[in-house]
Amino acid sequence: MTTMTIAKAINEGLRATLSNNPKTLLMGEDIGPLGGVYRVTDGLIKEFGADRVVDTPLAESGIIGTAIGLALRGYLPVCEIQFDGFVFPGFNQITTQLAKMHARSNGNLTVPVVIRIPYGGGIGSIEHHSESPEALFAHTAGLRIITPSNPHDAYWMIQQAVDCQDPVIVFEPKRRYWLKGEVDTESSGLAEDPFKAHVIREGTDATVVVYGPLVPVALAAANAAAEDGRSVEVIDLRSISPIDFDTVTDSVKKTGRLIVAHEAPTFGGIGGEIAARISERAFHSLEAPVIRVGGFHMPYPVAKVEEDYLPDIDRILEALDRALAY
Amino acid sequence: MGATHLPSTEFDGTAVDDQLEADAEAAQGQPATEMVQLLGPDGKLGTDPVFTEYADRLDAGKLRGFYSDMAAIRRFDQEATALQRQGQLALWVPLTGQEAAQIGSGRASQPQDYIFPTYREHGVALTRNVDLAELLRQFRGVSNGGWNPKDTNFHLYTLVLAAQTPHAVGYAMGIQRDQQLAEARAAENPQVEGSQPAEPKAAVVVYFGDGASSEGDVHESMVFAASYNAPVVFFCQNNHWAISVPTAVQTRIPLSNRAKGYGFPGIRVDGNDVIAVHAVTEWALEHAREGKGPVLIEAFTYRVGAHTTADDPTKYRESSEEELWRAKDPLERLEKYLRTEGLAGDAFFEQVKADGNELAAYVRKTTHDLETPDIRTAFANTYVEAHPLVAEELAWFEEYSAGFAGEATEEEAGH
Repeated sequence: MTTMTIAKAINEGLRATLSNNPKTLLMGEDIGPLGGVYRVTDGLIKEFGADRVVDTPLAESGIIGTAIGLALRGYLPVCEIQFDGFVFPGFNQITTQLAKMHARSNGNLTVPVVIRIPYGGGIGSIEHHSESPEALFAHTAGLRIITPSNPHDAYWMIQQAVDCQDPVIVFEPKRRYWLKGEVDTESSGLAEDPFKAHVIREGTDATVVVYGPLVPVALAAANAAAEDGRSVEVIDLRSISPIDFDTVTDSVKKTGRLIVAHEAPTFGGIGGEIAARISERAFHSLEAPVIRVGGFHMPYPVAKVEEDYLPDIDRILEALDRALAY
Repeated sequence: MGATHLPSTEFDGTAVDDQLEADAEAAQGQPATEMVQLLGPDGKLGTDPVFTEYADRLDAGKLRGFYSDMAAIRRFDQEATALQRQGQLALWVPLTGQEAAQIGSGRASQPQDYIFPTYREHGVALTRNVDLAELLRQFRGVSNGGWNPKDTNFHLYTLVLAAQTPHAVGYAMGIQRDQQLAEARAAENPQVEGSQPAEPKAAVVVYFGDGASSEGDVHESMVFAASYNAPVVFFCQNNHWAISVPTAVQTRIPLSNRAKGYGFPGIRVDGNDVIAVHAVTEWALEHAREGKGPVLIEAFTYRVGAHTTADDPTKYRESSEEELWRAKDPLERLEKYLRTEGLAGDAFFEQVKADGNELAAYVRKTTHDLETPDIRTAFANTYVEAHPLVAEELAWFEEYSAGFAGEATEEEAGH
């Protein structure tokens, strides 16, 4: 076991995959000598050279489009998008090309491209630097979307993403890049399915489903609720596409109440999908409507008011109160 | 392959304004003076200081082959258009007028090269030995692709304009890396006999039109190609119309001149001259394969018919313009040359016609026989690896479908 931050864990995960597979290469703006704006790729160009850690022109469609071409040639590109809000110039390549190439070719072609996107708010930044666009990609068939919430997951999930034959988007919770935790780099590795949810705190009164940056918030809310005698189960979803509905369903059958929290706007978000599915799967187990906690229907607000926008402990506890009132 | 290969961007600023003016004049419907042409509309072969050498490599058999190919693909185009008019295809994208651009460039590629087409490259497909009937699967609505690109190194058609151009550059970057790895392996084992790179050097050709040249992906892909000196040939077929919008709305200068801005060669070639197109593309591919970087070729041609069968050119252009271009027909000029030089006679042209009719009959029959796929193949091909949502929805679909099985049996039984 080694203690490291999420950023360092991803760095080590990338180092491992670059070492293990000569076909892996990294692509993105400023990922070379600078090590990325968050230093996630720090030191890798020195170790693997400019052909494996490619500082690209400033062009997201070009990064993803050329990654598709490299994947068609048998390479395993891992693209870094500098910030969530800058993925949109590459949205066309992701949704009309990357997601569809396997189906378009009747299964003859695979494009195992990985796209890393730092996402979410809470860093006090300016416009386009704090968005949560995961639902826009989850709606597109052909893509897989995962989001680690701790260093151990971060270390292994990035390697699993590279090993996956499907395109994978890894949404990295940027405000948790410096969160420390233990990483077992010695384990034989990929025993855990990256697309499986984890019950990270057991409880009996209600289930809170979260992912990425909100995992520590939900755990803190569950601890606060415990002081009031309420037993809250917390699930780290880990995968946004596919969603592990079995784990969520089993939990709801036990607790009877479900709250889904994410930073992305509530309307049209992942929470709505989970609410609908669980209503179909466990309607008779539900003691209350599924309650969603999320961002508002507005462009991500300016940094000085983002605290009012982001779900926090109190917002989750308020939702818990409402669920338990039924 | 890293940024060390960045080319110089120095230029003589004083000459820029004059050049822009000249280019703007040239773009107003007139070919640039620098356009490469070997075989004129009169069927006479001219010379070029660079490309005559390439034309000289063509023997009579190859020239007759060019004609056969162009005639075959034109006949195929007529048949597909007819099939669309008869309701057998949802849409067709005709290529008549662009046969020389496609056959000339396609025949210049080698089997190890990889081709990224747009959606009109039926002639290039022919040169890559794609079964032409397979091209119709997409237009018949039984596939979004229809062939396996790995069989012929001819990629699938892409309907989002220019989206394939960065794919081509990425693929070329992959070739570059493969080549480097092969050379490193050979250097490590110099004592091994035949330790030269096992694979022949390869390059990529990517096709797009004058309309697509306005898309941002073309710009980004050219930036990437230049930055990494990728072995890619950008082949722009300037057919003068982006559906109803003329080239003048896409560019103020000849499109080939744009290459200068990226730092690699740009060549305008008479796209209706199959010999010149072949020569220029062969040169560009050799240039790319030898590690000298990308090339942009602008084939100056004309789409004689509609953009697609959903289009009506009479609404946006004069028939006189079409007539002007019909006089530059790529098949007629090669026929004149072959006859004048005594390289082909009536028997040859009659045989080509007969072969075309046979091809058309084959395409017609095959189209009618194309089977509608089972939607289960779409479930199977959405992801490579197992996916629980797809599995769940497929299971529901199976159960739902099974519910009708009993009804069918009852109907058959007369209930």
